[in-house]
Amino acid sequence: MQLENPAIVAFILRRIALSLVTLVLLSLMVFFGGQVLPGNVGRAILGPFADEASVQALNQSLGLDRPYIVQYWDWISNFVQGDMGMSYAFRSPVAPFVLDALANSCKLALVAFLIVVPLGILGGIVAALNVNRPIDRIISLGGLSVTVLPEFVTGIVLILIFSIWLDWLPVTATWPEGAGLGTQLYHLILPSLPLFLVLFGYIARMARAGMVEALDSDYTRTAVLKGLSWPTVIRRHVLRNALLPTITVIATQTGYLIGGLVVVETLFRYQGIGSLIYTAARGKDFPMLEAGILTIGVVFALATLAADLAYTLLNPRIRLGAET
Amino acid sequence: MTDALAVERLSVAYRVGGRDRAVLRDVSFRVGRGEAYGLVGESGCGKSTVALTAVRYLPRAGRITAGRVTMDGEDVTALDSDQLRHLRAHTVSMVYQDPGKALNPTLRIGKQVAEIFTLAGASQAQAQERAAEMLRRVRISDPKRVMERYAHQLSGGMQQRVAIAMALAKNPALLILDEPTTGLDATVEAEVLDLIVQLRREFGTSILFISHNLAVVARMCDRVGVLYAGMLVEEGPTAELFNAPRHPYTVALLRCLPRAGEHKDHNRLDTIPGTLPAPGARITGCPFADRCALADDRCRRELPPLIDLGGRFARCHYHERAAFLPRQTPAEVRLPAARSDAAPVLEINRLNKTFHSGDHALRAVADVSLAIGAGETLGLVGESGSGKTTFARLVLGLLPPDQGGVVALDANPLPPLLEERAEDQVKALQIVFQNPDSALNRAHSVRRIIGRALSRLGGLSGDALKTRLIELIQSVRLSERHLAVKPRQLSGGLKQRVAIARAFAGAPRLVVCDEPTSALDVSVQAAILNLLADLQAERQVSYIFISHDLGVVRYLSDKIAVLYLGRIMELGSSERVFDGPHHPYTEALLSAVPRLEGKQPSRIRLEGEIPSASNPPSGCVFHTRCPRKLGAICEEKEPPFVEEEAGHSLRCHIPLAELAKLQGKAL
Amino acid sequence: MSALDSAAEERSPLRELIAALGRSRTFLVGAAILLFWIFCALFGEFIVPYDPLADDIINSLLPPSAEHWFGTDQLGRDVFSRVIVGSRDILTVAPLATVLATVLGTTLGLITGYFRGLVDDIVSRIIEAFMAIPVVIVALLAIVALGPSTLTVITVIGLAFSPIIARTVRSAVLAERELDYVAAAKLRRENALYIMFGEILPNVLPPILVEATVRLGYAIFAVATLSFMGFGIQPPSPDWGLSVSTNYGMIGGGFWWTVLFDSLAIATLVVGVNLIADGVAGTLDD
Repeated sequence: MQLENPAIVAFILRRIALSLVTLVLLSLMVFFGGQVLPGNVGRAILGPFADEASVQALNQSLGLDRPYIVQYWDWISNFVQGDMGMSYAFRSPVAPFVLDALANSCKLALVAFLIVVPLGILGGIVAALNVNRPIDRIISLGGLSVTVLPEFVTGIVLILIFSIWLDWLPVTATWPEGAGLGTQLYHLILPSLPLFLVLFGYIARMARAGMVEALDSDYTRTAVLKGLSWPTVIRRHVLRNALLPTITVIATQTGYLIGGLVVVETLFRYQGIGSLIYTAARGKDFPMLEAGILTIGVVFALATLAADLAYTLLNPRIRLGAET
Repeated sequence: MTDALAVERLSVAYRVGGRDRAVLRDVSFRVGRGEAYGLVGESGCGKSTVALTAVRYLPRAGRITAGRVTMDGEDVTALDSDQLRHLRAHTVSMVYQDPGKALNPTLRIGKQVAEIFTLAGASQAQAQERAAEMLRRVRISDPKRVMERYAHQLSGGMQQRVAIAMALAKNPALLILDEPTTGLDATVEAEVLDLIVQLRREFGTSILFISHNLAVVARMCDRVGVLYAGMLVEEGPTAELFNAPRHPYTVALLRCLPRAGEHKDHNRLDTIPGTLPAPGARITGCPFADRCALADDRCRRELPPLIDLGGRFARCHYHERAAFLPRQTPAEVRLPAARSDAAPVLEINRLNKTFHSGDHALRAVADVSLAIGAGETLGLVGESGSGKTTFARLVLGLLPPDQGGVVALDANPLPPLLEERAEDQVKALQIVFQNPDSALNRAHSVRRIIGRALSRLGGLSGDALKTRLIELIQSVRLSERHLAVKPRQLSGGLKQRVAIARAFAGAPRLVVCDEPTSALDVSVQAAILNLLADLQAERQVSYIFISHDLGVVRYLSDKIAVLYLGRIMELGSSERVFDGPHHPYTEALLSAVPRLEGKQPSRIRLEGEIPSASNPPSGCVFHTRCPRKLGAICEEKEPPFVEEEAGHSLRCHIPLAELAKLQGKAL
Repeated sequence: MSALDSAAEERSPLRELIAALGRSRTFLVGAAILLFWIFCALFGEFIVPYDPLADDIINSLLPPSAEHWFGTDQLGRDVFSRVIVGSRDILTVAPLATVLATVLGTTLGLITGYFRGLVDDIVSRIIEAFMAIPVVIVALLAIVALGPSTLTVITVIGLAFSPIIARTVRSAVLAERELDYVAAAKLRRENALYIMFGEILPNVLPPILVEATVRLGYAIFAVATLSFMGFGIQPPSPDWGLSVSTNYGMIGGGFWWTVLFDSLAIATLVVGVNLIADGVAGTLDD
């Protein structure tokens, strides 16, 4: 893809810089939530009956008696180098846990994404081509209804139906040691369904809105009045314009997908980043919690960055700029 | 031979809120082979619905309730989808307003043109070849380059040429042009219209030309039909219809347009009382009866038929008396504005404005100096991008000018920004914006909009405010019952009256009128222009009047400033600037305007496109398009702005005497 | 001028909106569902057959029957009674959080959209950072740090949602501030506060209303999810999410009634609120 517009390079650099600023702010927030807000961490861990001396000793050994600015700098500079700190609960480095969990979550998220993106877009297109007909009402309202349900609600209902009553799919997502790809996928179907339901309506809705707008446009009228066949009009003139904005939406949804992972992984007992955060939160294991959350932030920032760049590069209006 | 288009007793309705609302009622007309037929009418009369019905592209809610449309002998209303596609691919094409939206933003131009040829069976290579050829035929000099571009990289005029090329590519029997030049600059419009005239000759295509602009239709068409409230009220050969209209509506509409020689000091324009019937309104009798001074009981009771007057038709019981329609507004002026020759109200000295974005600097206003006297109107003309609106915003203090420029009120320099100006200074300068929908807060009632202005600018409260409020709305010909409503419940003309009332709340010295009538129909425009003229005569207020409509500017202005790329090219009294000799750019602007009366002057064509203000040409900024360019001097040296005769200044290397000779004018 | 005569038939915008909502089937269904649960929250305790909090160990884990329509849970409490009364806490917490988010977000959106420049840049970056992690996780972190309490949940969800509302308001304000009525107000020497709240705010109320209703749906979503994870509404409340949380470990044993009815209750409430939002949005779009 040639870049005829030099401003575009500056735009991309600026966009990357903005992502970095966002991440720095995010890290400050996480630090604030994980290390400033809780107050006396030693006391929180040891409980109200421990004596003051051991609380202080613990705080000192954790480095929590130093000024916040030093703690932050220490934490973030180590984080960037791959050292995510020591878990309070396991007394061992956090990083391996987080990276393992992230890999597992990616598998689950990928399965969900691969199902939901094509189906969601297809649903939106079908709905838009049948605006206000029953099929549109079903997709739009049905999509809206399942999208807004909390994952644990759909998860419970799905478990009841497919695992308990029909006994088709396993209750837990964790597959036996050394299982093949087929078995892994088999275990991932049920947990990916709540994620699918949450995302489907959203993506379908955006795709539908984009389609409706494109179908209403003057350029579509031009194409129809050229005498092109309806499928050609849709394929050549409508789809590309309609689906461009959907790209951004899909990326933003990764964030929600990850939010859903916390619940789904807990519900299905799956060792991902979501259940890691949940366990850390229950055990007040702040270094683990902070690392998990910041990792999610990085993933999200990368996803939106990629989407913005893709949108920019696919849209000639932005890619080439105006000349006159 | 069959007609290219025959519309027979066509009625179309839109279903809104569960009710069918008639937009076309029993419309019949035909477009012969090779003929250009014009449909004119004000907004909401159903013009575009005719076009959309002909190509069967009515919106979902629209429905043909009666009649039929025959194209090239085929009944369009009876076609199945394959036949319809065949018809669109071979027989009919359409070009509409806003070419930027008509082209696909994500496909290269070449592909969009070529696909018409591949549809007709050409190979990819052939199609590319023929697309380039087609673009050349619409006078695009470098088709290969244009084909590589996307729509947004082309200017409006260029986009419309591409749209016309696509429309003619299949050599259709009928070309429908729906407001094809609305929204384009006058010079660009003239070019596009010229092109259509030439192509019509080359292709022999029949044309249905739809426009709100009477002069454009008069220039382009052989026969004309006038639509009113979804009905055809008059039809006839162009010259006959415009010279001797036989329907009171046509008569009244033509009288609303300011003509050469009419001026606020001597005349008021005629107006049409009332408003168009809303779409779907129940009409018994003549649709125009409520607004017609000739109407009697018979007109209100009995719908007149289209009466054959020998080659032309009028839907009026009293068509023989139409020409004697009594005026609604007395032509003579009660009190002409008395202008004092004392010190000017507003003086502007070396005003500049540069916008910076990144490393780009755009000089929107360059070195503008002028003065406006009390009770005087300065008309500001120029194409889009000439800096008219930016200039107005600088004067008002809504934008800060570059260092050094001075805006002085009564010889006192004003602080550059509104926030730093004293209360009296702010009160003295007000504005009427182009678009009342944007200018009036839609969440507020008329009472609040004007009342707030009176309390802030007039310093009034309580009973004094109430009294003044009533006076003020009466002075803009609104009544008390308008006070309680929100702007969206008012028609465009009434909204603009509210905006005018607001501008006059603080007894301003000068009001900027930024295209105040460009969004209005001509019948409404006339009333607003009369109002502005009356207010000026009563209150000695000065105007800066911005408009692209030279007829309107001429009617209202005492002085004219012609702007090009932010620079004043010509400044002088209205008569001098309009009658000439004038600057070559003014000459080009004037010759671009289509006229209803008199002979169209020999056209001065402007070459090329308006250059970007961020990269203006060297020397004289107009040299790239100037029809009277001398040579190297124009490219190298910016001409000085010289007062060639008393009160008439030009920025041109050609001396005034020489221009007079070139333009065939007496000096 | 007769233009007004047709206009005079028009009713005030608010009454028009209400009339239009009355014609929207989506809105009416949603409103019926929400009203049902509000009724249960207010008066449920007077109509339920059993005390929703009373243990009855002998009758624990009974399947649905004529006596216990929805069966009983681990501690022998009547599931039907608990479901009916279980809407109370979530219908307090979620709306309060939404109100907080709307007030904060609207103010923030007005300021950033109107002033643009540095203020806008800084606040926008913070908003973006906030939005880079899912609300449930933001809430999790804050609640772990502060300890769970109703007030914490309201504050945290209110704060976490306010950037989303601010973003909606900001983009609406960005479009409004370019309109000429803002310039006209400046030409009357109005101050920024009046222009923001007196001139612009009334015009951006429709998108705020839509966004607030949508947010209410998500607030219910978030509160239910937090309760399910043990960080939201605390025992001994009969809250639905909390009940699912304490009972879902037993579904392997076939005690489906202990979780199904609570889940369905959450589902109806969330869907109901979103149908309202959809109806409002559709009505305002027309």
